[in-house]
Amino acid sequence: MERAEILEKVNEIFKEVLDNDNIVLNYQVTADDIEEWDSLSHIQLIVAIEKAFKIKFTSREILGWNNVGEMIDSIASK
Amino acid sequence: MKTFREIKYNLKKEVLGLPTLKIALLGDTATQFLGTAIKGLGVDYGYKIDLFEAEYNQIEMQIEDSASDLYRFDAKYIIIFQSTHKLEERHSLLPIEEQLLLADRRLNFIKKVCDKNRDLKIIYYNYPEINDTVFGSYANKVNSSFTYQTRKLNFELMHLAQELPNLFICDIADLQNKFGRNFMFAPNIYISTEMVLSIDAIPLVSGRTLDIIAAAEGKIEKCLILDLDNTLWGGTIGDDGLEGIQLGHGLGIGKAFTEFQMWIKKLKNRGIIICVCSKNNEDVAKEPFKKHPDMILKMDDIAVFIANWETKVDNVRSIQKILNIGFNSMVFLDDSPFERDIVKKNIPDITVPELPEDPGEYLEYLYSLNLFETMSYSNEDKNRTKQYQEQAGRTVFSKSFTNEADFLNSLGMVSDVSEFTKFNIPRIAQLSQRSNQFNLRTIRYTEADIKLLVRDEKYFGRAFTLKDKFGDNGLICVVILKAIDPETLFIDTWLMSCRVLKRGMENFALNNIVSLARKKGFKKIIGEYIPSLKNEMVENHYISLGFKKIESTNRNLYFLGIDSYAEKKCFIQKNNI
Repeated sequence: MERAEILEKVNEIFKEVLDNDNIVLNYQVTADDIEEWDSLSHIQLIVAIEKAFKIKFTSREILGWNNVGEMIDSIASK
Repeated sequence: MKTFREIKYNLKKEVLGLPTLKIALLGDTATQFLGTAIKGLGVDYGYKIDLFEAEYNQIEMQIEDSASDLYRFDAKYIIIFQSTHKLEERHSLLPIEEQLLLADRRLNFIKKVCDKNRDLKIIYYNYPEINDTVFGSYANKVNSSFTYQTRKLNFELMHLAQELPNLFICDIADLQNKFGRNFMFAPNIYISTEMVLSIDAIPLVSGRTLDIIAAAEGKIEKCLILDLDNTLWGGTIGDDGLEGIQLGHGLGIGKAFTEFQMWIKKLKNRGIIICVCSKNNEDVAKEPFKKHPDMILKMDDIAVFIANWETKVDNVRSIQKILNIGFNSMVFLDDSPFERDIVKKNIPDITVPELPEDPGEYLEYLYSLNLFETMSYSNEDKNRTKQYQEQAGRTVFSKSFTNEADFLNSLGMVSDVSEFTKFNIPRIAQLSQRSNQFNLRTIRYTEADIKLLVRDEKYFGRAFTLKDKFGDNGLICVVILKAIDPETLFIDTWLMSCRVLKRGMENFALNNIVSLARKKGFKKIIGEYIPSLKNEMVENHYISLGFKKIESTNRNLYFLGIDSYAEKKCFIQKNNI
């Protein structure tokens, strides 16, 4: 799957999990940029993405992302 | 089952008018998700939950320090979640010779927690197992193994809960048995969050927790209403006949229904009221209960049996009226989505499980709902069905009469009328203590008081029982009369159990009072009504029996002349003892 396509799908998951239709992601976005993205909802996002893409993130990946782009890279690598 | 996200969404809703419950949650791992879910799901259970969440890993400190935040919060319930993970960590750090003490040490701690908080209910999560495979299956033979110690702990927790009235075990080990360890625990989430429950497990765990809290608050299911065709047996009794329905062990779908019935029988024995609501002719519907050799459930097990061609909504309402319990304590089981839907739409408070299409899956599905959480279990629960059966018999029977007199007449009511004796005095005193609604003066007498009255010549006591073709209600009415002058008898006490209202017992009792007064040579009877918070139902008791109000007093006194009294019509036969 292309990165852009993944971004679009991840964006939809963010909207749904964070219950905010105005979220527009790009590769540089971090948790600081989105009010609803806190440590609790971060876990919800991870689990929702895992289910949507039928993948499992490793513990290292979850701890290591600095922005949405790196998260997309992890997904793309599966 | 709602997802965590849906539960969390509840917290955004404005909830008004829900009672607040103060609950403390103490865990040795991260509990924010669990806390969020307990608060959110609490809304669905009808509570606004005020949750105290300790910083994690502060259990001992919060419990032991009497001035801790926990005690300042003043919770009604304390939920304690000590995880198997942390227990395993402790096990690993212990010298080998102390590993076999792990369970006992933990149990001592729990006992201490419960002793220190006797006024609170402690909800303690048991331990979903982690098999570290250090010994393989041989761990069963090694008492210091982690498997052995975990299982011992879970087993001994049950003992401890039987011993300590304020300790309630929340069986999350059962959740893991049912849904599996890989479902309960997500290693990657644990590593990044210190959370030992997966997001998917959180709704289940918070649900089990709230089941206990709701039961403690009095929300319990009391009654199970069952459809018959394709619910209790396979096939349609009306079409397939007694030999054609599928039931019984051996190969085939019949086994599913037999095992389903075994489960229902156990519920009945536990005190759940079992009722039938079926679209069938009554005699056809009852035939399997009476004649099919593989039926586990018999007519005796069913408190109310309704089989007709009315709508299920009407019939469920009839059952509710007969049992006189809330719709919110009733469960409706039916294989037909159509019937479920119509019942749910019309009676929103009733619980309607969405039974799976495959009868083979009924039980596992119903197990997952944990519908019958309770906070008590006693021997009395086992006899409940019989009492409700008798009451149901009367109500169903009454429907076949258009005229009340015909109904009462056909009940074949008989009342034993007796003086106060050493045999009935305990029950008389009990009624005097407990009757609130049908109680004219609400004077409370103890057994000792009653014994004194019996010896006093001025007093006359009469006790009435009532039985009919459906059963014996026992002693249900007490009258105490006092001679206040040679011509006047005063009704000091007149009380009746509400079980026998509208049966003509008032008329019967008055006939007996008057005949006693005549025999003793009195000319008049005076009754009094003393209002209480609960006895409004008898405010006009004496007027409706033909007494005249005495106006020259500010007491509610009523007068009845004996000479002009005409025996009141009633359908109760007297049996003098």
